[in-house]
Amino acid sequence: ENTDSRSLCRIHFHSFSILVCDPADVISTVEFNQSGEFLATGDRGGRVVIFQREPQGEYNVYSTFQSHEPEFDYLKSLEIEEKINKIRWLPLHNPAHFLLATNDKTIKLWKVSERDKRAEGYNLRDEEGRLKDLSTVTTLQVPVLRPMDLLVEASPRRVFANGHAYHINSISVNSDCETYLSADDLRINLWHLNITDRSFNIVDLKPENMEDLSEVITVAEFHPHHCHLLAFSSSTGTTRLCDMRARALCDQHAKLFEEAVDPSRRSFFSEIVSSVSDVKFSHSGRYLLTRDYLTVKVWDLNMENKPVETYQVHDYLRTKLCSLYESDCIFDKFECAWNGTDSVIMTGAYNNYFRMFDRASLRDVTLEASREVCKRRAVLQPRRVCVGKKRKETDVSVDSLDFRKKILHTAWHPKENIIAIAASNNLYIFQDRLTPNGHHNTPEIQSAPPKWQTQPNPPTY
Amino acid sequence: MAGAEGDDSLYPIAVLIDELRNEDVQLRLNSIKKLSTIALALGVERTRTELLPFLTDTIYDEDEVLLALAEQLGSFTVLVGGPEFVHNLLPPLESLATVEETVVRDKAVESLRKISQEHSPVDLEVHFVPLVKRLASGDWFTSRTSACGLFSVCYPRVSSTVKAEIRQHFRTLCSDDTPMVRRAAASKLGEFAKVLELDYVKSDIIPLFTALASDEQDSVRLLAVEAGVSIATLLPQEDLEALVMPTLRQAAEDKSWRVRYMVADKFSELQKAVGPEITKTDLVPAFQNLLKDCEAEVRAAAANKVKVFCENLPEDSRETIIMTHILPCVKELVSDTNQHVKSALASVIMGLSTILGKDNTVEHLLPLFLVQLKDECPEVRLNIISNLDCVNEVIGIRQLSQSLLPAIVELAEDAKWRVRLAIIEYMPLLAGQLGVEFFDEKLNSLCMAWLIDHVFAIREAATCNLMKLVEKFGAEWAQNTIVPKVLGMANDSNYLHRMTTLFCINALSGVCGQEITTKHMLPVVLKMSTDQVANVRFNVARCLQKIGPVLDSSALQAEVKPVLEKLATDQDMDVKYFALEAISVLALA
Repeated sequence: ENTDSRSLCRIHFHSFSILVCDPADVISTVEFNQSGEFLATGDRGGRVVIFQREPQGEYNVYSTFQSHEPEFDYLKSLEIEEKINKIRWLPLHNPAHFLLATNDKTIKLWKVSERDKRAEGYNLRDEEGRLKDLSTVTTLQVPVLRPMDLLVEASPRRVFANGHAYHINSISVNSDCETYLSADDLRINLWHLNITDRSFNIVDLKPENMEDLSEVITVAEFHPHHCHLLAFSSSTGTTRLCDMRARALCDQHAKLFEEAVDPSRRSFFSEIVSSVSDVKFSHSGRYLLTRDYLTVKVWDLNMENKPVETYQVHDYLRTKLCSLYESDCIFDKFECAWNGTDSVIMTGAYNNYFRMFDRASLRDVTLEASREVCKRRAVLQPRRVCVGKKRKETDVSVDSLDFRKKILHTAWHPKENIIAIAASNNLYIFQDRLTPNGHHNTPEIQSAPPKWQTQPNPPTY
Repeated sequence: MAGAEGDDSLYPIAVLIDELRNEDVQLRLNSIKKLSTIALALGVERTRTELLPFLTDTIYDEDEVLLALAEQLGSFTVLVGGPEFVHNLLPPLESLATVEETVVRDKAVESLRKISQEHSPVDLEVHFVPLVKRLASGDWFTSRTSACGLFSVCYPRVSSTVKAEIRQHFRTLCSDDTPMVRRAAASKLGEFAKVLELDYVKSDIIPLFTALASDEQDSVRLLAVEAGVSIATLLPQEDLEALVMPTLRQAAEDKSWRVRYMVADKFSELQKAVGPEITKTDLVPAFQNLLKDCEAEVRAAAANKVKVFCENLPEDSRETIIMTHILPCVKELVSDTNQHVKSALASVIMGLSTILGKDNTVEHLLPLFLVQLKDECPEVRLNIISNLDCVNEVIGIRQLSQSLLPAIVELAEDAKWRVRLAIIEYMPLLAGQLGVEFFDEKLNSLCMAWLIDHVFAIREAATCNLMKLVEKFGAEWAQNTIVPKVLGMANDSNYLHRMTTLFCINALSGVCGQEITTKHMLPVVLKMSTDQVANVRFNVARCLQKIGPVLDSSALQAEVKPVLEKLATDQDMDVKYFALEAISVLALA
């Protein structure tokens, strides 16, 4: 066996895409579990799909279930969409896996478990369910358990309903592992995972008169280690840090992260583009990553007045805001992600592009997640968007960007360089090339394009 | 047919066994609840070798089935052959103790604790302790949390080597990686301390307590407070200061309000545990701080404890401490910005009057009561009114009546019907305290006004209230004051009010007695049998059924019977139904 050539083989790994084109399958959230062995996606049709990593490294479908159904609120005459807004995994409890999935109104706790035994032996019926001749039943038989093919079951354990008057945009599990928060446009509630009929309101931005409304909550997240800290961001571009130790009601923040806007650059769109669409604590708990329409920013929890790092995601759109406003694209909510060691940041953009920024070298790269790339079995090639004249054949001009193809949801494996990119109804998984000894590269964006590679034959389901 | 008789007796059991795995949860649950019947039919031998192994692996089921199973196994000892074989129950309970559903785990632990007592000391060490150790070192937090509740039941009954191992396991769990296990350990720390030898309490438990009380997770620290209370009761007075107080003091000033809330919530227990001296030196200032805490939840919890704390102060210095330290804080709380704090205080503040005596009450407490009676929040006023009896004993209610009346009137007319309902429920109490004259003069009209409230629940409560008032003031009073008014409503143009007359008669006939009922009420009821609204007519039938037993037989035969017979031919089917029912109940047919 020619191990040398195998280990040098560049095309080792995977990406796979979900190739179903039903619009209901548009992926609306992507989330790795704490170990990275599982990956969950939620879609517009209320379905949750869980992928498990095989020993060879590939992610395959493990379980698919319908989490939410469309509903109708008769009191308010409102349709409640089944679209899954967020999925969050709970830390491992026991061999089963638990996750929270939410649509606009209702949060559900799901248990995904395996069963590999089946009871056999009825007294009154045979195994096909036919009644036995009663005269043959002379002794009692206790059923025995026999091995069977592995069966993965998803069962709803709790339904947390009626906690929100507005649309839920975030859920986040506390590091105490017994509570979680859910946030809608105006309020943040705190729930106990075992109690479904009661939640505590911890932040309430609703003014007495709705005409005084000046901001809405866009995202909320708990600190990864400190159970008392939570961050939430708003449509005005601010992110607040609250200390739940100080008060039961966290309306007064402990810290406010906000960058002064240069008055000379103010325009009609300033406030819209500064609205924070995602907030993520770094794994270390020291930094906050925020995404607004044009940038991603890294904030040190110890410095409130300006971010420590600001990365332009697609600054070339600054001149296009007017048409983006008209097409409503300006309200797109892009998410952002840290890699496992907090050294690289990833976020999505248009034209099925996604961006990565290496914090140490300050290098950045634009990559594309599309069918063509997957088929080509090649290392992902960096893309370049140019404002003026094309310098290279492969450059793409701003005017030819497809704004309907957007990458809003991305996730990074908690430990390894594996990323999941949701583009419409396709899910792409890319993995960093293995080094010859089988270990993964340390994450680093080099001057040469990073070796994000795709799996040769995307399986379908 | 051979063995046919045997089949008959086997059949029901066979069904039960088969339904252990029925698709329908309800049938499975039903079978599990009759597990003892199955076990009895199988006999002890087959129960041990076949049924229990099957149950051990059936942990995939719904929570309610598992819960029922965990409960059943707690009293299964006889069915496996008595104490000698009780350890056969451990495997299924062990697997139930590791499931993720808390209620099931807790029930499994409860059953394990129960059957641990049925183990001989030898079996305990051979079978039970190894199980506890397995759970304690399990991979999943669920098994480790379950282990926490099992140490205290086996510790007293094992050898000193095993004891040392158990202590070691408990220590390990107290510093577990997951907060869930540390919480479980913290909540069982007090219980475990109780079964330990005093020396080990000092050498083992105190360091664990200190560590848990300074855990990084609020949710762990707050559980340590309760453990601290239990530990304090175990230690001799002279050790408290050095071993427990520094930690408790720190908890009372914890950065997290939830921990301080816990201290406030457990304050009475804490006070009892540390004794009078430490109460004076430490708890009084701590209590003052909690009453002034920046978080309303903490102030409310502390306010709730004001009376009990004051009551349990050492007698020699009680009055001084209250007057100089507690009362100033209480005065501030009366005008707190948070209504929950004020209402918590209002529910106990009246109790202080018995402790402080007449003069202090008049001088210091009365002004506070008066302020609270005028509070903007109805709950505060209600809480004051509902505790009037405490003050009445000390200073008499007259002192308050001037302020009381406007407060009552305002509550009686509150826009929220639940507030009105609450004040109605206190009316009999108030009537008793204030006396009949005051009542007639000031409150009677309110009670009558409620009868025509637009919310049914209020009208219903008002009816019931009248009955209680008559019980207090007597039938003669009723005849003079309320019966005429109630009967007057029979001519009201609103049928709901006419029905209220009937409901009142239902309630009052018993307490008013035969004479008033026959002479005054019955004619009105009979007259209403021709009401044009069917609802009124069928309520006449129901009313007659209700008051029938109070009437004498001549009135029944002469007056009630013809009316009911007429109603029994009514066009409306409900009227007919109730008329016929009344005829049959009163045996008038």
